[in-house]
Amino acid sequence: MESTTKRNPVIIAILLLLLIFIAAIALFPFFALLLASFKPSTELLRNGLNLKLQADLLSLKNYVYLFQDGAKYFIWYKNSLIITIGGTILSLLFSSMVGYALAVYDFKGRNAVFILVLAVMMIPMEILMLPLYKLIVFLKIINTYWGVIVPTMVAPVAIFFFRQYALGLPKELLDAARIDGCSEFRIFFKIMVPLMKPAFGAMAILQAMGYWNSFLWPTVVLRTEDMFTLPIGLSGLLTPYGNNYDILISGSLLTILPIIILFIFFQRYFISGLTVGGVKG
Amino acid sequence: MENQLNYSTSTQMVPQKKQKRENILFSQKLAPYIFVSPFLISFFVFFLYPSIQTIVMSFQEVLPGETKFIGLQNYKNLLNPHFFAALRNTTVYTIWTLIILIPFPLILAVILNSKVIPGRNLFRSSFFIPALTSTIVAGVIFRLIFGELESAPANTLMRALGLDAQQWTMHWGTGMFLMVFLASWKWLGVNILYFLSGLQNIPKELYESAEMDGAGVFTKFFKITLPLLKPVTVYVLTISIFGGFRMYEESFVFWQNQSPGDIGLTLVGYIYQEGFVNNDMGFGSAIGIVLLVIVLILNLIQLKFTGAFRKE
Repeated sequence: MESTTKRNPVIIAILLLLLIFIAAIALFPFFALLLASFKPSTELLRNGLNLKLQADLLSLKNYVYLFQDGAKYFIWYKNSLIITIGGTILSLLFSSMVGYALAVYDFKGRNAVFILVLAVMMIPMEILMLPLYKLIVFLKIINTYWGVIVPTMVAPVAIFFFRQYALGLPKELLDAARIDGCSEFRIFFKIMVPLMKPAFGAMAILQAMGYWNSFLWPTVVLRTEDMFTLPIGLSGLLTPYGNNYDILISGSLLTILPIIILFIFFQRYFISGLTVGGVKG
Repeated sequence: MENQLNYSTSTQMVPQKKQKRENILFSQKLAPYIFVSPFLISFFVFFLYPSIQTIVMSFQEVLPGETKFIGLQNYKNLLNPHFFAALRNTTVYTIWTLIILIPFPLILAVILNSKVIPGRNLFRSSFFIPALTSTIVAGVIFRLIFGELESAPANTLMRALGLDAQQWTMHWGTGMFLMVFLASWKWLGVNILYFLSGLQNIPKELYESAEMDGAGVFTKFFKITLPLLKPVTVYVLTISIFGGFRMYEESFVFWQNQSPGDIGLTLVGYIYQEGFVNNDMGFGSAIGIVLLVIVLILNLIQLKFTGAFRKE
């Protein structure tokens, strides 16, 4: 392909225009949200979002309102942070252990366990949400952080990824460490975990994004407003009532902003984390 | 680095630990079972047990405090317009996402893989950023853009193109467009990355020798690129079907479980509605079983056409 296009600047120009056009579509909604966050919600509801930069209408009022009266918003923010951080740490711990064992040890039933991992990967959790809800009620973790985290904390996709990664670890290290008298667990935590750092980086992103953005299961588990996460809380503001829209727009922006900033610094991890599976040949 | 690790662990550990008792922690036989136990526990408690319960409940009328076996009644009740609307919406949505989210990312990946394009990383990142937003937040923005008012951005564009302004969320066709567009917007960049990583695995020599044989751009694309991207394409197809049939949020952000004439009802949305809103867990489970069967059949077809599910 290269040699043909190299000779033809017209084709390159056309392709560039195409790419710019698509990039504009990809980024436009963020621009629209940013603009909307500076406009009074009454204006949004009456005249819709128009893209003119009406200087007289732009103000920081939404943000002022958010920080002054948006107490519930920051409670949702805190809940989202707790679930994201807690869920990510636990799922990384458990998934890496399982994936590592499947890759490194030769034990009876290994293939059976691996097949079960694949089976769970193929079935959407949504199908099971009714009995899972009953189970969460039975376990008395309804309307708690645990209720959201526990059923999702052993993540088959992450297990699969850690297994693939651990298959490439040098086995000689293991034997050397055993000769030195390390326990199997010390080997894992002190030697193997550091070696799997890139895998942890990628999976941390995958899991954290999953928890931060997840909606349906938290909706099922979290019943009271003081336990809501950001997506649940924000979705409750979708009906234009009172000053819902003030919080909705500026709150939505503050929900995605930290992720975009993190993305700028950790692009590599984001990309490998969110494209699990395709990377291997 | 490896040597260093070896060295540091050996100096710390040898003196005390070596003579110590052979406890569980040192057993190579037991260790793997302890390592995989979190998965096994989670599998039995949060997967197998609920799966069986879904099957059982689908034959029951589940009332608070008592349940009654009612045979196939729940399944018979599935023959209603809501269920068919949900099935149709979910299926059409999935097919549209496949039509858009496979060929376009593939072509864009080929373009981005060509070294003559300037700013490739910038484009790659821009396409990827939508994947970072939650569907709910994306929906907030899309509702503003596709607002009903004539002055909303999408309708402004429509009128500039000489078309009529639309009530986007009021009709089946435009509603489907909103959901498909939202999903395409969100996942385009991710699929591009899948295809890009696939392209990077194709040896350059193949193209070089094809060029020597006088192959043009299109010949190379159809004879080399496309066949060698097959594993990636199959993978993207698999996750897209999976994502399509579990779809819920793309509909929720526009209609919150209450769409006019069920234009936004999906299978998962229907499970939610029947199970939680109407408190009919038995019927909800029957919908779940149908969804399960669909997903399993699609998986089996996939396995059949592509060989075993990813042998390493």
